[in-house]
Amino acid sequence: MLRYTLRRLLGAIPTLFLVIVLAFLLVHAAPGGPFDDERALPAEIEANIAAAYHLDEPLPMQFLRYIGGVVRGNFGPSYSYRDYTVSELIGRSFPVSVQLGALAMLLATVVGVSAGIVAALKNNSPLDKVVMAFAMTGISVPVFVVAPLLVLLFAVKLQWLPASWTGSEGGSRLLLPVLALALPQIAYVARLTRASLIEVLSSDFIRTARAQGLGTLAIVRYHALKPAMLPVLSYMGPAVAAVLTGSVVVEEIFGIPGLGQLFVRASLNRDYTLVLGVVIFYAALIVLLNLLVDLLYGAVDPRIRRR
Amino acid sequence: MSVVARIGSHLRTSKTVMVSGGTLCAIALIAIVAPWISPNEYLAADFSSILRAPTMSAGHIFGTDDLGRDLFVRTMMGVRVTFVVAIVASVVSLVIGVLYGATAGFVGGRVDGVMMRLVDTLYATPFIFFVILLLVVFERNFLLIFVAIGAINWLDMARIVRGQTLSLREREFVQAAQLIGVSTPRIIFRHIAPNLVGIVIVYVTLTIPQAILIESFLSFLGLGVQEPQTSLGKLVNDGTKQMEGASWILLIPATLLAAILLCFNFLGDGMRDLLDSRRSQ
Repeated sequence: MLRYTLRRLLGAIPTLFLVIVLAFLLVHAAPGGPFDDERALPAEIEANIAAAYHLDEPLPMQFLRYIGGVVRGNFGPSYSYRDYTVSELIGRSFPVSVQLGALAMLLATVVGVSAGIVAALKNNSPLDKVVMAFAMTGISVPVFVVAPLLVLLFAVKLQWLPASWTGSEGGSRLLLPVLALALPQIAYVARLTRASLIEVLSSDFIRTARAQGLGTLAIVRYHALKPAMLPVLSYMGPAVAAVLTGSVVVEEIFGIPGLGQLFVRASLNRDYTLVLGVVIFYAALIVLLNLLVDLLYGAVDPRIRRR
Repeated sequence: MSVVARIGSHLRTSKTVMVSGGTLCAIALIAIVAPWISPNEYLAADFSSILRAPTMSAGHIFGTDDLGRDLFVRTMMGVRVTFVVAIVASVVSLVIGVLYGATAGFVGGRVDGVMMRLVDTLYATPFIFFVILLLVVFERNFLLIFVAIGAINWLDMARIVRGQTLSLREREFVQAAQLIGVSTPRIIFRHIAPNLVGIVIVYVTLTIPQAILIESFLSFLGLGVQEPQTSLGKLVNDGTKQMEGASWILLIPATLLAAILLCFNFLGDGMRDLLDSRRSQ
């Protein structure tokens, strides 16, 4: 297991490096510098600004300086939020997004797996068809359509729940964003669970268990569920990435001061250092969470480790 | 599966394909024709009829927005943009994916190993953030969005095409071509590529909704299509701002976008089932 872990860790480093290089080059390929659009300044002041932000150095030097900072968790200063560093801004908004994303993943797993099990056990029944129709809709309808519709129904028409983050407290303000974020993932997880459980239930060792007189629920609980969960587990990596992307939209719609909103604001403000920092942070997060899923997979299924 | 059950499922999937494909064709046709014959202009603002609810009598069957612009024409123009982006992006991903996958699969060995390792690495990178970065850094133009979306979507295609090519490579007709000295590019174009058409068509139908999703996601955030042009994602965003007083501005493009995506997904799934059932026979 230790060798496997090390191998996977080493495999993640080139990906991360590629991400940082690509992002850095993209930002520096931009025509003009970050301070060009301000009023014309005397040449000495411009030179001073360039020197203060190390913009006068050759690109490879700047890159080394940047990557040296990133390794130590320093993404440099923000260009649009004066007096803040990129790290401070990320540190302030990330916990909000984590809360949102973790709850959405929890909801997606619990509801999705349960719905998938029910659909698989009642395979081809009307109930199965209804669950699968919902799942297809959930997959097709994007988060930025679901979220406004949820607001329209529950906040504007019925007025049961608050529409925005500010001006409300506690769990009620989390409910709609988490639901909007979780719905597509519930759909994916339900479809995966159903397909995989149906396949496992038709295998020989399940027939043996059935021949021994074990009830359906016991078979699912003790024999079928664990092997059936493997495809669902391997979907958790993409699911986390999708929830992170989705939270960009959801935070924008509900006005939640998380990482996604920070990212959109930074993009629209053309705050290069902030966008660069957030992209690298997101990428690292996704790569690391994928790694975690792979390790979990290896822990559950010993066949994977030996390859 | 018994013969009867197989024929039954065959017909059922065919019906899914027919209905979803037909609906998409109808939407596309209306989007092409309607803006021409509609009496309302796409950009004409009419401040005497602001935020009118949809009615048949007033001539605005989808209502008007906060500038008094006719929403039916705007929505149809949005559908046009959405379809164009989807098709162009899919063609980009198709060309890159098929060439890459077929080369990796056909050449094989170490080249294949390196090429697929690169795909794996790219797979783990969150491309959507790079597209946003690209749009932040460069001017937001239409072409860039197409290329960026196509550049994300080719990975799946490359993997599938590679797998298919690997098995085609071992077939007798390819070996015969090699034996009589046909060059590798010619074998890929003339002998491998035609045999990939079926599976490629199915996967293109499945990448189209992904392309639509990315385009409308970017437009929703204000990073995609810019005024005065519009797309369904942008219209949904406009509707979100107006939903308390004028919910139709949100509901109409949202429903249409959902319907289009649902149809494409059903179409792709149905075609995949058809392809699988033909294989297993």
